[in-house]
Amino acid sequence: MRKHGKQIKIYDNKSKMVPSLEEAIRKSGLKSGMTISFHHHFREGDYTTNLVLKHIAALGIRDLTIIPSSLSKVHEPLIELIKAGVIKEIHTSGMRGKLAEFISEGHMEKPIIIRSHGGRARAIEAGEVKIDVAFLAVPRCDEMGNASGNGEHTTCGSLGYAMVDAEYADTVILVTDDLCEYPNMPASIKQQQVDYIVKIDEIGDPEGIASGATRYTKNPKELKIAEYASRVITALPEYKEGFSFQTGSGGASLAVTRYLREAMIKDGIKAGFALGGITQPMVDLLEEGYVKHLFDVQSFDLVAAASIAKNANHHEISASEYANPSNLGCVASKLDFVILSALEVDKAFNVNVMTGSDGVIMGASGGHCDTAQSAKNTIIVAPLYRGRLATVIEKVTTIITPGNTVDVLVTERGIAINPQRTDLIELLSKTNLPIVSIEALVKQAEQIVGKAAPISFEEQVVAIIEYRDGSVLDRIYKRG
Amino acid sequence: MKLKKEASAGTMDSCDINIRLENNPLGTTNEIHLKSIVEKQYGDHIRNLISQVIDKYGLESVVVNAVDRGALDCTIKARVESAIQRGLDQAHTLEWSVVHHE
Repeated sequence: MRKHGKQIKIYDNKSKMVPSLEEAIRKSGLKSGMTISFHHHFREGDYTTNLVLKHIAALGIRDLTIIPSSLSKVHEPLIELIKAGVIKEIHTSGMRGKLAEFISEGHMEKPIIIRSHGGRARAIEAGEVKIDVAFLAVPRCDEMGNASGNGEHTTCGSLGYAMVDAEYADTVILVTDDLCEYPNMPASIKQQQVDYIVKIDEIGDPEGIASGATRYTKNPKELKIAEYASRVITALPEYKEGFSFQTGSGGASLAVTRYLREAMIKDGIKAGFALGGITQPMVDLLEEGYVKHLFDVQSFDLVAAASIAKNANHHEISASEYANPSNLGCVASKLDFVILSALEVDKAFNVNVMTGSDGVIMGASGGHCDTAQSAKNTIIVAPLYRGRLATVIEKVTTIITPGNTVDVLVTERGIAINPQRTDLIELLSKTNLPIVSIEALVKQAEQIVGKAAPISFEEQVVAIIEYRDGSVLDRIYKRG
Repeated sequence: MKLKKEASAGTMDSCDINIRLENNPLGTTNEIHLKSIVEKQYGDHIRNLISQVIDKYGLESVVVNAVDRGALDCTIKARVESAIQRGLDQAHTLEWSVVHHE
């Protein structure tokens, strides 16, 4: 098997600048039935996806497959485009809000396809999905298409997800609101990859893209979980000079970095690298010398976005470099520890981060299953219950990460270890950490919140969950 | 027994339930109107629980308007009991030493 090859084109010495999105779409040769892509580095501040699709719809182009790296609440206008037949198929890491409810209610003819970040990079490289035109919003670029994540109006830091699209899409259109003098270096997306450039007034809302700095949680439950998780890490043999870790998003997961920092200072241990979703606490560790390298596929806050431009050891990586299972070694495969959140965890340690307990899509696959499978030790952090919904349950609503890739579950009321990790059971039983069976956690949760009535689904499949290797892991059904 | 006045207890905060009680002007039956974020999983259970507390106090033809934001059973019972006591003008008369804990 070989990598999918992008069409070879030769620069004609003409300007790549196009005066309008409409003209760029025309020049790209986009036709009904084709596949287009976007990235989600702008998160809730993304203007480009909705804007481009509006122009495409106005040109009468229909039946498109869209493969954004992910979708958010801000993409609610896609509902009308699905109804109008402009969008026929969606491949994404996740979706939220009204669009997610609309999909969950079964209004799309074809089920959407959910892929992890590593799985998306794999599918694109393997040519399982072929991108005809990539529309990539970039905070800054020059007239040739050298683009970067820190611009005058908007800042998103790493462009790691977009890098894959720029490399494999037949036609690459950059959309920017900060056109700078040639050359814009260092660049995340390079000139030899880019067909056309469109300058518009605003590509995104800086407020929605990244917050100033990631705030520490004050929730005592989350802090207790984070403290336990940090104690699990420091009790294991991989915690030694040069170790590596990643923390996912979510209050408890992010707070682990804080406790880990204290332990590292006390023990005089420095980490070799941290990976992820980079946030301010990790940048602090880099600048204080407690972490030697940061690998950044996505900058979660402005501190991280600024750091990538100024710290030599803060490295921008593509989604393929981050977590693609079908290459000669993604960075995730070098992880000693990954700390991940969960909406639900079941007795078999399967994790759901995709659907709410009422069966409605409300999350994203992200790098969850990629890092869980890759890291030596996968630690899930979650409260035993949220509101009156149990987190630790008999069977998860949707499997995103298979239980055989999960090692430890840390809750505020006990820590459960996957029975297949007898080494961890032996090591952690010697500590004074509250080790319990996962069955005991399920029972305890049910005693507190009561037994939930089973939710009903209909036969129609609304989403197919692909595992990182492309196999079908689960399906989401229309909610009853 | 009938309520002496309209009464309420609880907040709209998460993990709480807001209970509003009034006499049913039209009928003699009790009515429970529940809005809950966990309707699918716990809606029937919560309506049953509210109904049990109402019955325990022997109230008749009462209308309950409840807005649940994921409260646990202990919270739901406490909020319903408080609202009832207020509606019966018995607020602050509770004998804490003999409160029955199930």
